[in-house]
Amino acid sequence: MSNWLEKQVPKVVLAPTFAAILIFVYGFIGWTAWVSLTGSRLMPRYEIEGFGQYTKLFATPRWDTAMNNLFIFGALFIIIAMVLGLLLAIFLDQKIRTEGAIRTIYLYPMALSMIVTGTAWKWILNPGLGIEATVRGWGFENFTFDWLINPDMAIYTIVLAGVWQSSGFVMALFLAGLRSVDGEIIKAAQVDGIPTHRIYSAIIIPSMAPIFLSAFIVLAHLAIKSFDLVIALTGGGPGYATDLPATYMYAMAFSRGNLGQAASSAMIMMLVVFAIVVPYLYSELRSKHD
Amino acid sequence: MTDTTYVSARAGTRSTGQRLGRIALRAGLYAVLILFALWYLMPLFVMLTTSLKSLEEIRTGSLVALPREITFDAWKTAWSGACSGIKCEGLRPYLWNSVLIAVPGVALSTLIGALNGYVFAQWNFRGANLLFALLLFGCFIPFQVVLLPMARMLGILGIAGTIPGLILVHTVYGLGFTTLFFRNYYVTIPHELVRAAKIDGAGFFRIFWSIFLPLSLPIIVVTVIWQFTQIWNDFLFGVSFSQSGTQPVTVALNNIVNSTTGVKEYNVDMAAAILAALPTLLVYVVAGKYFIRGLTAGSVKG
Amino acid sequence: MAPILDIQNLRKSYGQTEILKDINVAIEPGDFLVLVGPSGCGKSTLLNCIAGLEPITAGRLTIAGKDMTEVSPKDRDIAMVFQSYALYPTMTVAKNITFGMKVRGVDQATQDAKLKEVSELLQISQLLNRKPGQLSGGQRQRVAMGRALVRDPALFLFDEPLSNLDAKLRVEMRTEIKKLHQTLNASIVYVTHDQIEAMTLATKIVVMKGGVIQQIGTPAEIYNTPANLFVADFMGSPAMNLIPARVHRDGHGHRIEITRARSEPLVLADNRPLDLPQDVIIGLRPEDIAEAGYRSGEAVQQAPCMVDMVEPAGADTYVVSELGGKPVTARLHAETSAMAGQELDLAFDLGKASYFAPETGERLN
Repeated sequence: MSNWLEKQVPKVVLAPTFAAILIFVYGFIGWTAWVSLTGSRLMPRYEIEGFGQYTKLFATPRWDTAMNNLFIFGALFIIIAMVLGLLLAIFLDQKIRTEGAIRTIYLYPMALSMIVTGTAWKWILNPGLGIEATVRGWGFENFTFDWLINPDMAIYTIVLAGVWQSSGFVMALFLAGLRSVDGEIIKAAQVDGIPTHRIYSAIIIPSMAPIFLSAFIVLAHLAIKSFDLVIALTGGGPGYATDLPATYMYAMAFSRGNLGQAASSAMIMMLVVFAIVVPYLYSELRSKHD
Repeated sequence: MTDTTYVSARAGTRSTGQRLGRIALRAGLYAVLILFALWYLMPLFVMLTTSLKSLEEIRTGSLVALPREITFDAWKTAWSGACSGIKCEGLRPYLWNSVLIAVPGVALSTLIGALNGYVFAQWNFRGANLLFALLLFGCFIPFQVVLLPMARMLGILGIAGTIPGLILVHTVYGLGFTTLFFRNYYVTIPHELVRAAKIDGAGFFRIFWSIFLPLSLPIIVVTVIWQFTQIWNDFLFGVSFSQSGTQPVTVALNNIVNSTTGVKEYNVDMAAAILAALPTLLVYVVAGKYFIRGLTAGSVKG
Repeated sequence: MAPILDIQNLRKSYGQTEILKDINVAIEPGDFLVLVGPSGCGKSTLLNCIAGLEPITAGRLTIAGKDMTEVSPKDRDIAMVFQSYALYPTMTVAKNITFGMKVRGVDQATQDAKLKEVSELLQISQLLNRKPGQLSGGQRQRVAMGRALVRDPALFLFDEPLSNLDAKLRVEMRTEIKKLHQTLNASIVYVTHDQIEAMTLATKIVVMKGGVIQQIGTPAEIYNTPANLFVADFMGSPAMNLIPARVHRDGHGHRIEITRARSEPLVLADNRPLDLPQDVIIGLRPEDIAEAGYRSGEAVQQAPCMVDMVEPAGADTYVVSELGGKPVTARLHAETSAMAGQELDLAFDLGKASYFAPETGERLN
């Protein structure tokens, strides 16, 4: 009997986590999915009414802007952060004497809260006293850099601050990848007289495919969840110019009192994340089993 | 004779040329790296100098100029006088709130994660893999999808808008990563260790306590740093589930910066931002190696 | 005497795959049982079942007369030495050895006395304050054995304990384990894939393949009368020569005809009272083929054979010749004049020859 009890201990230890995950993750997703199919406004109602919330959502110009912004911001953020991260990693891989110090500098933004990052860039980018004023102070009277208050350009300030925050981290990922390539292959290529840039483009970078995937997943995930940065930097403005699905959802949930819209927008966000993450997770778990 | 001299001289110039080219290349490389270092450092520099300037100097001077006269008034205001919403107590009470949330949140999620990881790595049972996949999956959900039901749940539990409520939220949603960290660490420890200890008569908890925990210092450091950074820097849960008086520092900072009453005090904003960033920056400077290890582990596997 | 370990009809399966099929083994106190077989044969799983680290699917298992089928490892009165030694990395050698006693609440004085006794026996007294990371492979091996010895169990289990050591150390430790067995008169179950280890250590060998016991016997029985082709091939180095042959009845004896590619068939007589079918595989140990003139006896017959290869191995020289389409190894004395490509008169001693059925691989005599 005590033998049987002993065997249950590991399961008992996992039980609270299991229960928590079932309720707080899967149960909650279910709740949100349910509410997204109802006509809930300020208070949740539980009578299913169908996909009306989704139809309404996609007919809302503000949501349209938010999704557009997500794709602009997501694409630019991911591409720039990856390219910059890879370049910096390759540059740092050239036996740089002060590598440790430079790496520390490149990576520190990752330790900051997005709110802090947003606050700092908001100050730097504000036209009245920031970069614009400074450059004008140097004598370039006509210099304008008003992205922060320009509805067409404000979304790019978020890209700028996002890249500033995350590219160092991508650099660290790639640097670790570069260092993990089998040294003998590189030596063999050097003995064969292959020039350095060809060694990178033909041997090292292709062997880092899994790291590209990881970096992509992390960045895509960050982009979709981006909320703090927008709130701190632009507050979603000017107008709704820099709204993202995350800020739209928050506004619906907590200031507009429209639970149905909040729930349906959250579900769309989750579907976007899953469309990216599920194939990745699946392949990860599969390869682990083999 | 002359021929050879000529040839070797030519070879000499060519190699000198090559060397010059290489030196130029290296110089360019360093220039690019330093330029980017300046780009990464610039916001911190601007924040710091701005926080030490008077409002008058900020209005008249240049963004990138060093302060003509250093004043700590902005820091004092940020610490204990800045207005967030209707209260004007500075950041101090909110820093304390963040500590009250982060410390138990980190401790709980790390402890539970360690035990979970220990089970997944060393005491696998039928169905554990499915459970692990479910847990891993939970790491990826956008938290927006749990925001509404969580608010209701906290209300039902009677801890809405309280610090224990935020501790619960951070612990639950931190478990995926902490479990992952410990599992991946414990998986590298041979199963024979558990078997040997079983034959020696030790049970589940004894083996964990006497054999695995003493081995775990590096991964505990990584996990604690990761969780601390996550919780300290969180804004979404903080702004959604707190109320006046229980807000964490990120929320208070945002309120101070966006408060519309009175004159815009940029120096106070910057001092407050640095104050809010200080704990995690400190952790990064002191234990950068573990910080990076956590980041890469957290991303490569999840 | 009652068996110290008795396994009856043990089965073990993971889902649909059966790892161990109907295992029956028993050993007496003081026996040194070696489970031997190629990797994947189920020997380690069987050992883990005996230890209680793996639950068994069906069957019964008693240790020292007590039914242990459902008992957890800590209550089976066993101690185990692992392949990787499994020393607790953060504990000193002394703590590693006494951990089991500490867990069981043995008083400090007894712990100290036991520790002293065992560390002196294994000559590791000077290592007691070191951590496993600071020890050499051989020292770790001793500590792992110390951890088992201090428990004074009814049964010792060894899971390939020497496979992580280099060749020289392995021979040394093999001797030590044998010595320990003799001084302590301990009952041991020992798993290895190394048939030499099995032969030198065991009082009783179990040869396994594919989860099935192929043969149980003393080292001499296994060596001299292998139960089937697998055992014949697996035990012994160089392996037993297994040569297809045709049998002709000849009065009360048999003539064994073995074809050769480059010359007349080789015909050997076996006059033992046997009943052999027409097609057999004859098993001859390399030492049963010698250079003519160096072996005599009733069953010894000579024949000239073409030498394909000569392999000096110090004390012996091995000579390879083709018989029945197979390279056949003969063990010759070191000073032989055999040369590759030349004919040599070989003496075949059929006194201990084994015969196997080609279809089933089972022993015929």
